[in-house]
Amino acid sequence: MPSTRPLPRLFSPRKASGPPPCSCDAPVKPERQSALKQRLSAFNWRGLVLPLAAFALWWLVSALHLVKSGLLVSPADVARTAWQQIQSGALLRALSASLAREASGFVIGTAGGLLLGAALGFSRVATRLIGPTFDTFKQISLFAWIPLISVWFGLGDMAKVVFLSLAALLPVAAHTCDGIHAVSPRYVEVARAFRYSRLQMARFVILPAALPSIFTGIYLALIYSWLATLGAEYLLVAGSGIGNTLIDGSEQFRMDLVLFGIIVVGATGWALNALARGVERRVLARRTGVSRERAAA
Amino acid sequence: MSKAIDQWAAITERAASVQERASAASERAQRRVRAVVWHLAPWLLPAVLFTLWSIGCARGWIAPQILPPPQQVFDTLYDLAISGDLARNTLVSLQRVLVGFGVGALAGFLIGAALGLSRTVEAYLLPAFNALVQIPVLGWLPFLLLLVGVGEPLKYILIAHAALVPVTLSTMQGVRNTPATLDEVARVFGYNRLQRVVYIVLPAAVPTLATGVRLAFTKAWLALVVVELVASSEGLGYLIVYGRQLFQLDLVMASVVIVGAIGFAINRALDALEARLRRGQPSAFRE
Repeated sequence: MPSTRPLPRLFSPRKASGPPPCSCDAPVKPERQSALKQRLSAFNWRGLVLPLAAFALWWLVSALHLVKSGLLVSPADVARTAWQQIQSGALLRALSASLAREASGFVIGTAGGLLLGAALGFSRVATRLIGPTFDTFKQISLFAWIPLISVWFGLGDMAKVVFLSLAALLPVAAHTCDGIHAVSPRYVEVARAFRYSRLQMARFVILPAALPSIFTGIYLALIYSWLATLGAEYLLVAGSGIGNTLIDGSEQFRMDLVLFGIIVVGATGWALNALARGVERRVLARRTGVSRERAAA
Repeated sequence: MSKAIDQWAAITERAASVQERASAASERAQRRVRAVVWHLAPWLLPAVLFTLWSIGCARGWIAPQILPPPQQVFDTLYDLAISGDLARNTLVSLQRVLVGFGVGALAGFLIGAALGLSRTVEAYLLPAFNALVQIPVLGWLPFLLLLVGVGEPLKYILIAHAALVPVTLSTMQGVRNTPATLDEVARVFGYNRLQRVVYIVLPAAVPTLATGVRLAFTKAWLALVVVELVASSEGLGYLIVYGRQLFQLDLVMASVVIVGAIGFAINRALDALEARLRRGQPSAFRE
């Protein structure tokens, strides 16, 4: 993977995780611990302190009625609302509507982005013709297009999917183009020496080298399109979706519903994130044995 | 006889050189034409789109309710500039984004530095931070709407939050990736902790930090537009919503152009700043 900022060998960068190579203070245990025990001891228990403290404070304040406000709901209220939403199927309906839109926008946008990015990356003429316009277009805040999209495509699913595809297209196209441009000229020279055809060059040299960057683009597209799903549901208010749940909660002054919605949004974002990372790791690991070992470790 | 031959040879030689020069000139001209075409190529697509737009509107292919003619957009832009509406709303937006971005970037820098420098802070804070980051800016909007209302604080908080996350992450990364060798040298020279942070860690973190700041500004600008679209009574985003409500698409397009232009200009400025910071960087590592 072509690193964006290669460090000279001379400097050994301090790794973010893991113990230093010679940690003399670490006790050396000859006997092997069980996997569960290892996991438990590796788990960062201190990370739980802050969330638990915040939760305890919230629970205490609401239980003792320290603040007189209709906005302060107790954790039990939120749990009750959550249960209600899950049981009545409202959550499922809203979430599936949002995710279906997200998926269709993501797929369309990613496909378009790959095509556009490949054109920009492979052809110098295309770069010259479309590149600057594309760069300028990228600069315009995406959400500024919503009012125009709403005029052109209405307030329904069509407009939302158009907007989501746009949100997914931009990062994929930009990263695909960057990835192809960043392929080391040495590889291309070797391939030329072996008289690779254009197709072979694309298939065996450029695609593998550009793959990590392309994945970064797709990964960003997944996150952007989730953000855009929320934005589209706020701004193109029609139909159902998790964003509409949040807006409803806000309009009805129901903090419990809003908090529940936020938790669902955060959890969904996290799940999408984890999914993308898992797929990326698996695909890249198949490509090179080294990262497979790293992924397994 | 031999004189005549000499003359003949000289004449043919001169003719050949003239021809050669002419062909060289034509080649140069060709190359120049090609260079001009190459330089103008980026303008081709916008020019074609613009021509289609104006012809389509003039011929009535496109209804003005769907896409107003370019002339009307320019007129609206001019009117906005003359009446002072443009300056007022732009200033409001810029003030919001600057205050929010400044607060967010500063807080992000402090948090990121703490996370990068201290393992203890990292162990306590990072999991909670990561969990909160999963919730996008837009997710917080309804929550904050209930909590602080529709006033200015809402905008500042959301923009600051949007700027905080990238600055925190990039500062943390930059501080952590300080080359260990530099740190060792500083230890040999007997630098204390503060000196090491100020003279070694922070300069080494500058390039990563600069990238984070640029990303943060892009996010802050995006957040500004969203917040103004959803909840505001002045600012550039409000102009867009207002135009949309009155079905004055010329106003919408004019505002979108302004939003894009400002975002573009500031991004360019930050680009230049980043390049300058990076240019200064190698000297810090030069042996």
